[in-house]
Amino acid sequence: MPDLASELTSGGSVLIRTFFVGIVLGLVAAAGALYAIPVVDQTREVSITKVAPNGGNVEIFRIDIPTDRVMVGSPGQAEPVPPGMQWPNVDELAGVRTEMFKVRNARGLVIGVAIRNAATHEGQNVIDWVLHFPARGSVFANMDPAPREGGYRIGGFRAGSREFAALSGSMTERWVANTTEEEGAPAGHIELQAIYVGELEPLDLAEDSVE
Amino acid sequence: MKYVVALILGLIIGAAIFAVGIVYNPFTGDRVLSPLSVTDAQVIVLQFSPVPAESIVYTNNGESVPSPYPEKVSQLWEAPIRKTSAMATIMRDARNQPAGIGLKISSQSESTDLLRGKAIIDSIWYIYTPQHGSMFIQQTENYLPFVQEVAFPAWRSSANSWRGTWIGNTTSGPGALGTAAVSGGSGRVKGLDLDGVETLTVRAFSADTGFVAAEGQLLIELPELSDDTEEVLVR
Repeated sequence: MPDLASELTSGGSVLIRTFFVGIVLGLVAAAGALYAIPVVDQTREVSITKVAPNGGNVEIFRIDIPTDRVMVGSPGQAEPVPPGMQWPNVDELAGVRTEMFKVRNARGLVIGVAIRNAATHEGQNVIDWVLHFPARGSVFANMDPAPREGGYRIGGFRAGSREFAALSGSMTERWVANTTEEEGAPAGHIELQAIYVGELEPLDLAEDSVE
Repeated sequence: MKYVVALILGLIIGAAIFAVGIVYNPFTGDRVLSPLSVTDAQVIVLQFSPVPAESIVYTNNGESVPSPYPEKVSQLWEAPIRKTSAMATIMRDARNQPAGIGLKISSQSESTDLLRGKAIIDSIWYIYTPQHGSMFIQQTENYLPFVQEVAFPAWRSSANSWRGTWIGNTTSGPGALGTAAVSGGSGRVKGLDLDGVETLTVRAFSADTGFVAAEGQLLIELPELSDDTEEVLVR
């Protein structure tokens, strides 16, 4: 006659062992999944760049107006953007106009967020741009406040992060009015042209010389 | 069949133990002392409120917490900017007087690595103050200590909220000492490359609406300056 008690104990023991093996496998599987699958995966659009004739790469961005405006902050606005915004009425922001936009690539797809700040203080004018692309990094450019002939401004990169950290270069801004008569078309767009130049690295002449 | 059930149950519990281990891992999430809090150098102190309703504008994809403010602000719903939030706020000096405008753009970072205790946000600040000029700050921020000690307890509580005092440096890089890179663009800081640290003090947090009572602070370390320029300083 079989020993029912010992059979049950043996079966229970295997069951408990299976359960603990499951726990270990669960720990390993979770750790493996967290290691292999990225927690954050930013959506990327392909960078559309051209080679500039005199060196460097050119990338053109556009900001449709008024579609891409997120914020326009300046003192005494009759119709603030966004509606309901309370711009602080303080002396420190008296000569300041700060704008935030969505930025599009040359194909018209939104790829980032931009800040433009224009300020006047004690006779000094400041115009700065910051472009932020989540999958790539950010660029900070200081513009020459005086517009050039043709109505565009030019400025230089002051700093950058990630993809732009090692690059220097320049940026131009210009307003392009919409000439089409399509219904609902934007009034125009701000065109930003960035010219990236990589940092020059000194050649190791000893290594490159022909022996 | 019962063995399969036991195995699946074990797998689920194992994964759950792992998740709890990530949240409560005592070896990660140290709120390290800021190198700027013990510096002898002079610093610019700028304070701000991270509470969206106390900012000028706050926006994100419209589905995340907290909600955009004001309600009708354009939302960042397009795929490449869906994991990004943007805020414009008034910056105050060490005496809590208005100093200028600050805009912060933050994106979830692909360098996030929960196994190594990193819940990273890539963020930038653009700050303009008439006193100092314009500054660009780029930093990586590690929010894991905040998640472990504030957000997760708030989510677990029956009221979906947390109250207490949490103070931490969110800045974790790119500087070797865990500092942010600050570039002066105009005014008195023009051309200067400086170090900075962002600190967060949270007193109340809601899992449903985000920060309820909190203050943020940016410390920017100035290089050795001549006597003529020392009056620039706030502290």
